[in-house]
Amino acid sequence: MKFTLPWLKDHLDTDASLTEIVDKLTMIGLEVENVEDKAKEYEAFKVVSVVSAVQHPNADRLRVCMVDTGDGKPIQIVCGAPNARAGMKAVLGLPGTYISGKNITLSVGKIRDVESHGMLISGAEIGFSDDHDGIIEMPADAPLGKPFAEVLGLNEPVIEINLTPNRPDCTGVNGIARDLGATDIGTFKDKMPKQVKGTFPCPVSVTLDFGQTQSLCPAFGLRLVRGVKNGPSPEWLQKRLTAIGLRPINALVDITNFITFDRGRPLHVFDAAKVHGNLTVRRAQNGETLKALDGKTYTLDQATCVIADEKGVESLAGIMGGEETGCSETTTDVLIESALWDAFNIAQTGRKLGINSDARYRFERGVDPNFMLPGLELATQMVLDLCGGEASDIVVAGDPAPKETVIDFPLTDLTRLAGLRLSLAEVRRILEKLGFFAAGQSDRIKVAAPSWRPDVHGRADIVEELVRIVGVDQVPSTPFPRGADARKPVLTPIQSRTRKAKRALAVRGLTEAVTWSFVSKREAELFGGGKPELALANPIAAELSDMRPSLLPGLMMAAQRNADRGYADVALFEVGQIFKGDKPEDQFIAATGLRRALAKSSGVGRHWSAKAEPVDAFDAKADAFAVLAAAGAPVQALQVVPGGPAWFHPGRSGTIQIGPQNILGHFGELHPRSLAAMKADGPLVGFEVILDNIPAAKPKATRAKPLLELSPFQPVERDFAFVVDSKVRAADIVRAAQTVDRKLIAGVTVFDVYEGPGIEPGKKSIAIAVTLQPRDKTMTDAEIDALGAKIVAEVAKRTGGVLRG
Amino acid sequence: MSDIAKLETDLLAAIASAKDEAALEAVRVSALGKSGAITALLKTLGAMTPEQRKEQGPAINGLKDKVGAAIAAAKENLAASALDARLNSETVDVTLPLRETPAETGRIHPISQVIDELTAIFADMGFAVAEGPDIETDDYNFTKLNFPEGHPAREMHDTFYFPPKPDGSRLLLRTHTSPVQVRTMLSQKPPIRVIIPGRTYRSDSDQTHTPMFHQVEGLVIDKSAHMGHLKWILEEFCKAFFEVDQVKMRFRPSFFPFTEPSMEVDIQCKRDKGEIRFGEGSDWLEILGCGMVHPNVLRNCGLDPDEYQGFAWGMGIDRIAMLKYGMPDLRAFFEADVRWLNHYGFRPLDFPTLAGGLSP
Repeated sequence: MKFTLPWLKDHLDTDASLTEIVDKLTMIGLEVENVEDKAKEYEAFKVVSVVSAVQHPNADRLRVCMVDTGDGKPIQIVCGAPNARAGMKAVLGLPGTYISGKNITLSVGKIRDVESHGMLISGAEIGFSDDHDGIIEMPADAPLGKPFAEVLGLNEPVIEINLTPNRPDCTGVNGIARDLGATDIGTFKDKMPKQVKGTFPCPVSVTLDFGQTQSLCPAFGLRLVRGVKNGPSPEWLQKRLTAIGLRPINALVDITNFITFDRGRPLHVFDAAKVHGNLTVRRAQNGETLKALDGKTYTLDQATCVIADEKGVESLAGIMGGEETGCSETTTDVLIESALWDAFNIAQTGRKLGINSDARYRFERGVDPNFMLPGLELATQMVLDLCGGEASDIVVAGDPAPKETVIDFPLTDLTRLAGLRLSLAEVRRILEKLGFFAAGQSDRIKVAAPSWRPDVHGRADIVEELVRIVGVDQVPSTPFPRGADARKPVLTPIQSRTRKAKRALAVRGLTEAVTWSFVSKREAELFGGGKPELALANPIAAELSDMRPSLLPGLMMAAQRNADRGYADVALFEVGQIFKGDKPEDQFIAATGLRRALAKSSGVGRHWSAKAEPVDAFDAKADAFAVLAAAGAPVQALQVVPGGPAWFHPGRSGTIQIGPQNILGHFGELHPRSLAAMKADGPLVGFEVILDNIPAAKPKATRAKPLLELSPFQPVERDFAFVVDSKVRAADIVRAAQTVDRKLIAGVTVFDVYEGPGIEPGKKSIAIAVTLQPRDKTMTDAEIDALGAKIVAEVAKRTGGVLRG
Repeated sequence: MSDIAKLETDLLAAIASAKDEAALEAVRVSALGKSGAITALLKTLGAMTPEQRKEQGPAINGLKDKVGAAIAAAKENLAASALDARLNSETVDVTLPLRETPAETGRIHPISQVIDELTAIFADMGFAVAEGPDIETDDYNFTKLNFPEGHPAREMHDTFYFPPKPDGSRLLLRTHTSPVQVRTMLSQKPPIRVIIPGRTYRSDSDQTHTPMFHQVEGLVIDKSAHMGHLKWILEEFCKAFFEVDQVKMRFRPSFFPFTEPSMEVDIQCKRDKGEIRFGEGSDWLEILGCGMVHPNVLRNCGLDPDEYQGFAWGMGIDRIAMLKYGMPDLRAFFEADVRWLNHYGFRPLDFPTLAGGLSP
């Protein structure tokens, strides 16, 4: 919503400065987005007259002009505009002036060997208008040397408000003035239009015909003014419209545009000579078309509300008129329409047809029903004043009377909701200035909202009006104690896991990434997703079309992008949501990481201290276990079984589970086919852990740790090397050893794995160190040997392993 | 010179001239070994008369002790010089660079760090952290929050939708974290104090908008929470978060369907060569929207607006992160460029606490 300061002052009596007004507007909820001062912006561009314009000696399309800036010393300018000619008044930019549209600063230069001392300007070159066909032509009487914007009367500051959708009343300047008038900044001039008495009946009747369907037009007012003389509107009116970016067309059209912005009341004018018979307001028939005033033809359907005559559709109700019945210089009889439309329908139709008109903007927010007829009277008076003629009676179809909202308002609500105290007198003063009706002398008053405030429904709205006008800064800041409740953790278990998982992975040298929640359909399918219910109906791009089933594709692409930029050894992780379905319980928090090339957990890149090895499945396994441990998983109970989902290397990946029913995650090398499909290069290893799947920790009665028991006897370590089939899993050998004596055996570690010379093909040697922790007495050699024999026997029984000779 | 004296001179000379342990051992054997010279002398003591023994005994034993001590001393000297010689050959180039430790190279994304900061500040004021699903119903994202069907405010949200279900309803990606307010009010009895951080989505993409971004909202519901409390909480938050002693805030009336009255909040700042400082200057910077929870929203969530009241606010996590830590471009948050993450990210052990400071 744009308006000029003088326009505002038509409706507001004030001595306040522009700055004060702008600040006040913002502080009462009419946020000023911009204050534009064209006179200032364009002050460098001055009016000149073109004394002569002759053909450029070396260029067909150029002319060499001599221009007079008013000091009698003509300047030579080379100009290519087709409309540059001797005798015209134009606009000159001198050397040193910045030309925004071309992003250049002018200087004296030679164009095809002829010197040019500046530039004759087109509207588009300085962002003044869209006109780039030729240079700006100034009126013949424009004074030489004056800034052209000032000459055009653009020396009025234009204020632009970022209007919130709840305030239809402020789509008109008078509504804005009324709001300001409720503050201490000025007095609102309430100018109710006078009735214009008709001197003859309106010859065109109006019927609202919606049959059995819901009416889209509560009321419609119409009147004829005959014998008008249409032409350019007066200068003051043109200036108003130009200042806010509207193009003056002719007096009749300009009047409707003026009232639209002055009062927030859109109107329409038909050239009565082009209207056939009576008007009907109805739904369009499917397939009916209308060529609208914007020159485009729209195809309509039954959801569109139209105004039709006996020939067909003539206007898109509340959005845009038709070209055929539009008013032109030849119009002598004009039908003026002032109507009310269904806001929801206007919004829908406007969106569907893609029309953003000033009328739609207002009707979809809701125009003042009580001003339907006064608006028509105001338009009639202006037509009579500017174009002459004789007005008919008004015909009205439907009933514009609004529903009245009366609110029972206890003054205590202001304190209860806003923490603010105002006297009854102050409350009544503010509300009445805003046009509310307030009755009652007690601390409980009755308030009726004015017809132009459809946003006011209840007590909270009244509180808002009062707070808004006195200023939110008057609400005292009030400490809000945290209360007497015990201090407890505020994070839920999954929140706590999420945060611990992030820190645990970062400590391991991985860098946290945040990638899009959506991936392409193909990527979703590659990683176990792609369900139709998880595909967006309106994705912003094809590669962001489906909710991600895994964090891996996003991270793989990120790793590849980094590699392509020269950062090959990257270790990335993300902890975030993945989607297995569209229900809330189908959304999980995954902790997922990737290591690429030499980004090993033991150190990234080449280093003098060790041979550079590429990442392997154990880097990913270590990351996965670090996350699980940090997130509180029972690490002792976790099992690792070979293999994982299809996107992992089948022989170099594993699944982490607590029994086959509860899978916590996977790790390993990414499958070469996944790499190829993602256009990613390896070596690339990764893991994914579902934090939601970690079993909940049992609540503890006390924070005390179990008592530490220290044995007085030294632990004993014994090494065993077993030769087993290559397929035997190390974990089975470890478990076999552990089960021999759970009390005595405190630990089993694998310290060597060997395949090669000395070991039969198809076999491997696995060496374990078993730590025995005696509790009651020192063990004798015989006891140790006996236990050793048991371990050998148990391993042999479970894995077929034999002690290596 | 007696024989003993000569033997002593010879042996001590031999000890002194022994160049290594082997030579020294040869000297020891020749003197103190089974058939060594001193051993032989000692053997003669048995055949002596007491008088002879009395005279020769101390002399021979004295010789034995002297030579023994000399050998021990020489041995120690040899060991010391052998060690010196070994140490001389054992050097490392201590200027060789270390491997960077993982805890130094790992990074936490600024969004996670800022969520941890927010949690620390609001936990101290008695707030819990609530979360909800990204895929929401139209009812929770709009209708229950008092967005009337067809209202222009709905259009301002650029919503991502999923395909319609057989019954015509369609799920959407939440356009704000406000549906979690609805879920909280529906599932929890007041008093309620929560903050709600999370991912939000709008189909908008340009220099300052991304189709996915992060919001944090706050919600307080009880029987007396009012705008004065809201102002105080937001002032406390801004001081704590931006780590300044004073912050000047400007509350402007505005409009959101789910609050009444509604306000937008600006904080005073100073802009200087792309850097923003809070608590000084004369510019205003919009940082959040807030208001009293609309009575319709309370009613839609099963709360009686005559009994319960409260307030809510919301702001962009990415935005406040940019303001505090000076990242110029929102889009970079989601590009996973390790150069950016390394520079703007946080070290894993720099955990924000009120006691130790929010920022490192």
